[in-house]
Amino acid sequence: MTNQLYGPVDDVAAQAGYPDDHPERVGFFTDTSVCIGCKACEVACKEWNGVPDTDLDLLGMSYDNTGDLGANTWRHVAFVEQAQPREELVDLGMPSVGPPGGQETAEPGRDVQWLMMSDVCKHCTHAACLDVCPTGSLFRTEYGTVVVQEDICNGCGYCVPACPYGVLDLRPDDGRAWKCTLCYDRLSDGLEPACAKACPTDSIQFGTVAELRERAQERVERLRAAGVESAQLYGEDPGDGVGGDGAFFLLLDEPEVYGLPPDPVVTTRDLSSMWRHAGAAAVAAAAGIVAAFVGSRR
Amino acid sequence: MAECHPVGFQWVMEAKQRGATVFHVDPRFTRTSALADVHVPLRAGTDIALLGGLINYVLENELEFRDYVLAYTNASAIVDERFRDTEDLDGLFSGYDPQSRMYHPESWEYQGAEAAAAAGHRDMPKGKADRHGAAERTGSGGPAVSGKPDSDPTLQDPRCVYQILKRHFARYTPEMVEQICGIPQAMFRQIAEAVTRNSGRDRTTAWVYSVGWTQHTVGVQYIRTASILQLLLGNIGRPGGGILALRGHASIQGSTDIPTLFNLLPGYIPMPHAHHDEDLDAFVAEDAGSTGFWGNMRAYTVSLLKAWWGDGATAENDYRFAYLPKVSGDHGTYQTVLDQIAGTVKGYFVIGENPAVGSANTKLQRLGLANLEWLVVRDLQLIETATFWKNAPEIETGELSTDTIATEVFFLPAAAHTEKDGTFTNTQRLLQWHARAVEPRGDQRSDLWFYYHLGRRIREKLADSTDERDRPILELTWQYPTEGRLAEPNAEAVLREINGVGPDGSALSSYTQLRDDGSTACGCWIYCGCYADEINQPARRKPGSEQSWVAPEWAWAWPENRRIIYNRASADPDGRPWSERKAYVWWDADQEKWTGHDTPDFEATKAPDFDPEPGAKAQDALAGIDAFIMQTDGKAWLYVPTGLLDGPLPAHYEPQESPFGNALYGQQANPVRQTYRHPANRYHPTASEVFPFVLTTYRLTEHHTAGGMSRFLPYLSELQPEFFCEVSPELAEQRGLEHGGWATIVTARTAVEARVLVTERLRSLTVQGRTIHQVGVPYHWGANGLSTGDSGNELISAALDPNVQIPESKVATCDIVAGRRPRGPARMRLVDDYRERAGITEQTGT
Repeated sequence: MTNQLYGPVDDVAAQAGYPDDHPERVGFFTDTSVCIGCKACEVACKEWNGVPDTDLDLLGMSYDNTGDLGANTWRHVAFVEQAQPREELVDLGMPSVGPPGGQETAEPGRDVQWLMMSDVCKHCTHAACLDVCPTGSLFRTEYGTVVVQEDICNGCGYCVPACPYGVLDLRPDDGRAWKCTLCYDRLSDGLEPACAKACPTDSIQFGTVAELRERAQERVERLRAAGVESAQLYGEDPGDGVGGDGAFFLLLDEPEVYGLPPDPVVTTRDLSSMWRHAGAAAVAAAAGIVAAFVGSRR
Repeated sequence: MAECHPVGFQWVMEAKQRGATVFHVDPRFTRTSALADVHVPLRAGTDIALLGGLINYVLENELEFRDYVLAYTNASAIVDERFRDTEDLDGLFSGYDPQSRMYHPESWEYQGAEAAAAAGHRDMPKGKADRHGAAERTGSGGPAVSGKPDSDPTLQDPRCVYQILKRHFARYTPEMVEQICGIPQAMFRQIAEAVTRNSGRDRTTAWVYSVGWTQHTVGVQYIRTASILQLLLGNIGRPGGGILALRGHASIQGSTDIPTLFNLLPGYIPMPHAHHDEDLDAFVAEDAGSTGFWGNMRAYTVSLLKAWWGDGATAENDYRFAYLPKVSGDHGTYQTVLDQIAGTVKGYFVIGENPAVGSANTKLQRLGLANLEWLVVRDLQLIETATFWKNAPEIETGELSTDTIATEVFFLPAAAHTEKDGTFTNTQRLLQWHARAVEPRGDQRSDLWFYYHLGRRIREKLADSTDERDRPILELTWQYPTEGRLAEPNAEAVLREINGVGPDGSALSSYTQLRDDGSTACGCWIYCGCYADEINQPARRKPGSEQSWVAPEWAWAWPENRRIIYNRASADPDGRPWSERKAYVWWDADQEKWTGHDTPDFEATKAPDFDPEPGAKAQDALAGIDAFIMQTDGKAWLYVPTGLLDGPLPAHYEPQESPFGNALYGQQANPVRQTYRHPANRYHPTASEVFPFVLTTYRLTEHHTAGGMSRFLPYLSELQPEFFCEVSPELAEQRGLEHGGWATIVTARTAVEARVLVTERLRSLTVQGRTIHQVGVPYHWGANGLSTGDSGNELISAALDPNVQIPESKVATCDIVAGRRPRGPARMRLVDDYRERAGITEQTGT
């Protein structure tokens, strides 16, 4: 099988060379519509994986003092405060009981919305970080996830700009790249990842990607039917620029609002055509040089 | 709830998934609001007006669940003709004595039950020193009134409770709610319609509250107001109903059941009083003669004495009743602190609490700590209460000096819950066993270890004593098996002692087995049955999927494993479920017994049509429809004829400190609230222009109460690294506050500095035609640990609810200005300047 760099892939582990009896691909479906922003995922992740603590810094980004994903932050809960002029009070769809007399007062206030979303490595179908890694430190596991082997990483940092989501990061004190492993060690023991285990409202759901995609589809349809028109899935589509994410999301607003790229594309998508073009260019240049010398002999 | 009880909030999310509508009433927009259907911002300290408005809406529109109300509440009881309501007395009830600032409650009593009311006096005020413990006792049933009052089942009599309620709440109109709370009328109507529509035979509504309702000078009456609403709507004793108290800490329910309160013995038995409870007979007199399950108080008390003094407790020596400690007045936290300052309290144990950060007016706490002879602090970390002598804010301001603090401080490291066996009792009275996962390290020890070995050593030291006062300690049953390297007492042995044993020494299974003849021993009567069949019932862990939806085999709930108390009310007077949808327990006429999904909270074979013999006592006096079995009259009390110190009905009073006069009555604040005159505890005048803003305190998910369990942990500290305050954009503009900058918040107690978050989540409200700004302050911080900062509770005064001595931590007034606070002595000069400008004297607000 050729190593496909772009487009839908049915079996990402098989493409990576695992035999047919490899486990099913697993991932996360993070349903932000039930996230309560408790950050238990951040803490559970750090506890389980021994991720170093970070500086104490009040960022002023609502209740988010983590900022973004990084070498020392493998789960990050974003808090987005939104306010807009108040609309009519929502009708809760319950038959009304005769209210007493009295006049309604117009309320000039604003409606506040507070969006929370636990972000994580997307474990892309086409993971550029893995493609560019010169040492093989970044590899595809038998579960279809993407993991850094810290004892092989040489700290070259190629993976950092390669990631379309800005997930990969080098730890300043040791120079190596660190990121979510989807709790590779726990998977091997039949346990779900620490963040999903700790999530009290099941906002973070762990399972096979196939089943999670179905669940996500059902959930978004249900929310839309209930009138939440802004509900949308992010990263679940195998036809997207990264071949679909192993960790995908249900969002209540546009991806940019949460700090996610709206249309991520694997940075190695054009690698083969780039090589082809580079090759053609090299041939052309060589031909030109040869021609030049040939010409000069005249 | 999502903010402070994220794990419990999963069930709210599940309910929402199933179609529940969630309203969130809170001055600030929290993580709970983010997930609620409707956030209802209101002015802090005005919830009684909102709840009273809902009660008025129900009564005005006759939306009450009439059959339920008639059968199970005291709506039809006739009240004494001497009773005068707040309607008649401009915010006071009859019986108010302005001299003593107390109520004489005789006129509140039922008509026809006067004789009983006289007996009810023991728990009612005789003088300021005697008035404690009454309301706490209602943690497990009401105070005593024996006999049934006159009643009018048509509810037409102008002196019946229903009509009194109607008149009392008539002025709590939607307009008034808007005027007081700042809740727009349309929003109020939305709540009122949702709550009433969702209550009745087929549906139930639950209210969930936390210290936002309790930490007020009218805290008890907040809960009373919710109780009245829930009873009118038939939402008590039924699945999906209730009023659920979220505790601030694991097992706070457990620490009132087996109390850490000065005025209670285990199982809500009041602590005897030194002067008028001189022997057991006097102590139980009024209850022994009364009706309902409290009529067995002698059996509960004798069994407790047998648990504590064993074979040495006999009928001849009054079961060693004389050995019990007695109260002689207010020994609550704040009085104790004042007594420390006055020098009459010399030693202090502080266990798992950080009063130098967590209590209202923390300066008062530290002044007390600094005047002790000795202080023992047992905690997981070196908290501020243990280090006040070197880094209290008063050291910097010059009010205290390390050189002159003579307190000898003992810091003893404590074991965490993962390092010891034991139970947690949660808000639904569920005892859940937790097993030790790892041994505590170093000198860390469990509380059980500490108290057992402390007791053991004291007893060894006293072994040769002939002093009469040492007998209670020397004769205590203090033999617990110990195990392991640390000689850890066996926690199951303690649980078994709490459960109690019968004459043959085997574990009892129900409190109905307890006897007053010394043949039974029981450490806490309501917990009797938690070790039934010699099995640790709280350790049961049968998954929900393997049992009924009530899940009776998951852990154990008091009393008798009932998951919903007073569940007789889930069936109609004839014993049939109110509806199929809400069926819970019911009368099985064929088998002639109560049955259902839960353990019926009723005598199993008492038929719905049972009529008691005249003169019957205890539970025998209750009829087949008397669902509220702990009450002497078997009824839920819409109106409280005895037992509360601040009135038989809730009334909206403004907080101790408020920017507004009381729009409802001439009486501004709770007339019998407890205030303390101390230079460090000055109060603000009402509607002070110097302190124009409302201040409220709260918690964040990332930190735990006073910070002892979170500020010392890097993974939690980094999530909320600094003390901050939250203000609306309007207030920020008015005061020149910058997002991310610094602000100084000032009250007559002190000035603190905090980083500023400008956010629309904190709303400015329109109240009485004025825009009112609220300043929100999480109270977790102190000087120690990784994440440090000033403490929000420095700002709060000690002004207490008279019934339970809870401080009004949830609301005060304040000023806020841009920039950091002054350092050194200049800090208190700033406060003095504010006090002067506001014209504050020692009389202000008291």
